[in-house]
Amino acid sequence: MGTESLSFIFLNAVLANNFVLALFLGLCPFLGVSGKLNTALPMGLATMFVMLVSSVCAYLINIVLVTFEIEFLRLIAYIAVIASAVQLVEMTLKKFTPGLFRSLGIFLPLITTNCAILGLALFQTFKEYDFLQSLIYALGAGTGFILAILLMAGLREKLELSTMPSITQGAAVSLMLGGLLSLSFMGFAGLGG
Amino acid sequence: MSTPEAEVMQPSTPTGPMIRTLMGIAMLSGFLVVLTYQLTKPIIAENQRRAIEAAVFNVIPGAVARRDFVINEGELHPVTADKPADGILIYAGYDSEGDLKGVAAKAAAQGYADLIHILYGYDPSCECIRGMKVLKLAETPGLGDKIITDANFVANFEALDARLSSDGQALANEIVTVKQGSKQNPWEIDAISGATISSKAVGKAINQSAKRLLPDLVPHLDKLVQEDNTVDRPEISDE
Amino acid sequence: MGKDNNTITWETFSEGLWRDNPVFVMLLGMCPVLAVTNSAINALAMGLATTFVLLASGTLISLLRHSIPKQVRIATYIVIIATFVTIVDYTIQAISLDLYNALGAFIQLIVVNCMILGRAEAYASRNRPLKAVTNGLGMGIGFTFALLCLGVVREILGAGSLFGIDLFGPRFEPWVVMVLPAGGFLVLGAWLLLFEWLNQRKERAELETAAETR
Repeated sequence: MGTESLSFIFLNAVLANNFVLALFLGLCPFLGVSGKLNTALPMGLATMFVMLVSSVCAYLINIVLVTFEIEFLRLIAYIAVIASAVQLVEMTLKKFTPGLFRSLGIFLPLITTNCAILGLALFQTFKEYDFLQSLIYALGAGTGFILAILLMAGLREKLELSTMPSITQGAAVSLMLGGLLSLSFMGFAGLGG
Repeated sequence: MSTPEAEVMQPSTPTGPMIRTLMGIAMLSGFLVVLTYQLTKPIIAENQRRAIEAAVFNVIPGAVARRDFVINEGELHPVTADKPADGILIYAGYDSEGDLKGVAAKAAAQGYADLIHILYGYDPSCECIRGMKVLKLAETPGLGDKIITDANFVANFEALDARLSSDGQALANEIVTVKQGSKQNPWEIDAISGATISSKAVGKAINQSAKRLLPDLVPHLDKLVQEDNTVDRPEISDE
Repeated sequence: MGKDNNTITWETFSEGLWRDNPVFVMLLGMCPVLAVTNSAINALAMGLATTFVLLASGTLISLLRHSIPKQVRIATYIVIIATFVTIVDYTIQAISLDLYNALGAFIQLIVVNCMILGRAEAYASRNRPLKAVTNGLGMGIGFTFALLCLGVVREILGAGSLFGIDLFGPRFEPWVVMVLPAGGFLVLGAWLLLFEWLNQRKERAELETAAETR
C-alpha cells in the first residue's frame, strides 16, 4: 500500500470516495451550513484549511507514536493535538489577518469537532500514506467537501423558491437531496480502474 | 451543530488548578487506556492469528498448519515472535504430515471503489495458484462483490498457471483477466460480466504480486520444507 | 454551574427516547447514523458502543464536575470521551474482528459524535451522576433505536435479510441502492418525512378538537 499515484489519490478523494457523499463524514456542517451559497463557500474553505493543518499534525504525531510504540494512544493524541492546532491557527489569524479571520474564523471551532477532520487523520494513517500523499489526500478531501457543500447550497437556494408540501419543510428534503447527489457521485467510482 | 466553544471570560482561575486538573485527567485516561490495551492485547492477537490462519488454510488446499516467512532482497527468513517482519510476508502451509502444501501471500489492487485486498495460495508442485480469498473490499454490493460469490469466477483459481520462465526471472505467462467466456489458456482469468473492473483488479493484484514474489521464492522452496515434522506455530500478530 | 436539581423524573429518562430523540429530532451524530446502518447488526453494535461511551463519560464528567475549571472543560471532556472510545475500540476488536472490520474507522469516530460532547456540556456537567446516567441511558437507547430503524429497513430492502437471516428466499432481487451511501440518505429522509407527517396530523387533530369544544 501507499504506492498509489498522487493524481489518483486526489481524484479518488474528490469524487469516487467523496467524504460527504460516499463516506458520510462531516454531515453536520453539510446539513447545517448549506442553506446559502455565501456561507457555504467560506465554510468549505475553512474546512479544507483545517484538513490540511490536521493532516500535517496527524502525520507528525503518528511518527512519534510509532517510534515509541504507543499506538494505542493514537485517538487521544490526534484529537487533542488537532484541537490545539486549530486553536493556535485561529489565534494567529485573529492577530495578523483580521479580515480573513472575520470570514473564516467563526467556523473554525465548529470544524474541530467535525468527523471529517478526525476521519481524514485516521484514514491517512490506515492507508499508510507518506507525507506528500497525506497532503494531497487532505487537499482532495477538502476539495470534495467544498464541491459537495456548494452543490447542496445551490440546490437548496433553488428549493427556497419552489412550493413544496408542508411536511417536507425541514431536514428531510435536504437528506433526500443528499441521497440524489450521492447517487450521482456513485457514477464517479471506477475512475481508478 | 457541534457545541461551540463558549469564549466567556470568566474571572480567571489560577493556572495551578487548571494544570493540575488536566494532568489528573491525563493520568486517569492514560491508566484506563493502558489497562484496556494490556487486557485485550492477547485476545486480539489470538483473533487475528485465527483469522489469518483460516484464510491461509482456505487458499492452500489441505493445509492444517502454517509458518510465516519474509522475503527480503532475495533472501528468505523465518519470522519469529521477537523479530519484526521486514520485507514481503508469506505464509507457508503444511498438511498434518508436515509436508509443504503451498505458500500464501497478500496482494492488493485498485478495484471499482477502493483497493481490493486478497490472499492467494501458490502450490509449488503444480506451479500454479490454487486458491484466492478476498480479505477486504468496498465494491458495490450485488456487482463487485460477485468476485467472492460467483462460482465460475472462483473456479478460475483452482489451478491458475503461474510457471516461471526458463531463466526463473519472470512469469512464463503474465496472468491476465479476459472477457467472460474467452478463457483459453490456464493463465487467464475469466472475468464476471457486470463486474469486469473488480475481476480485472483481482487479476492485476495476483499478477503484480506473483511477478515480484515467485522469482525470489522458488529458488528457496527447499528452505520452507520443515526439518522435523513437528509443526510449531509462532504467535505473531499480523499487520 | 447553577444549583443541582436532584429530582429524577420519568422525563429525565424519556426525553431522549422520543421527544428529543438525538437522531430524528435533534439531527445529531449523523455520520455514524448513515455510515454503519447498512445492516441491522452493525447498527445495533454501533448504538451499544455509543451508549456505553455516553454513559461512562457522563458518569465521570458528572463526578468531576466541581473540580474541572471552566476554561479547560472542553479539552477535559474530549480527553475523557476519547479514553472511553479507545476502550470500546479495543473491546470490540477482542470480541469480534469481523464486526470490527465492518464498522471500520467509525468506532473511533464516536469521539466526534456531537451528541456525546453535547450531552457532556449540557447535562452531565450540571447534574448529579445518577441523573446524568439516567438521562444518558435514555439518549443512548433513543440513539440505538434510531440506528436500528435505519439498519433494519436498509438491510431488509437492500439485502433481503434481517440480522443476517434470509427473509425472502432466493427469488428476492435485493434493492441494492439501499445498502449504498445514497440509500442511507434516502431512508433517513423517509423516516423524517414520516415523523413530520405524524406530527402535523396530531397538531391538526388537536386544533380540530379545540375548535369543536369552543
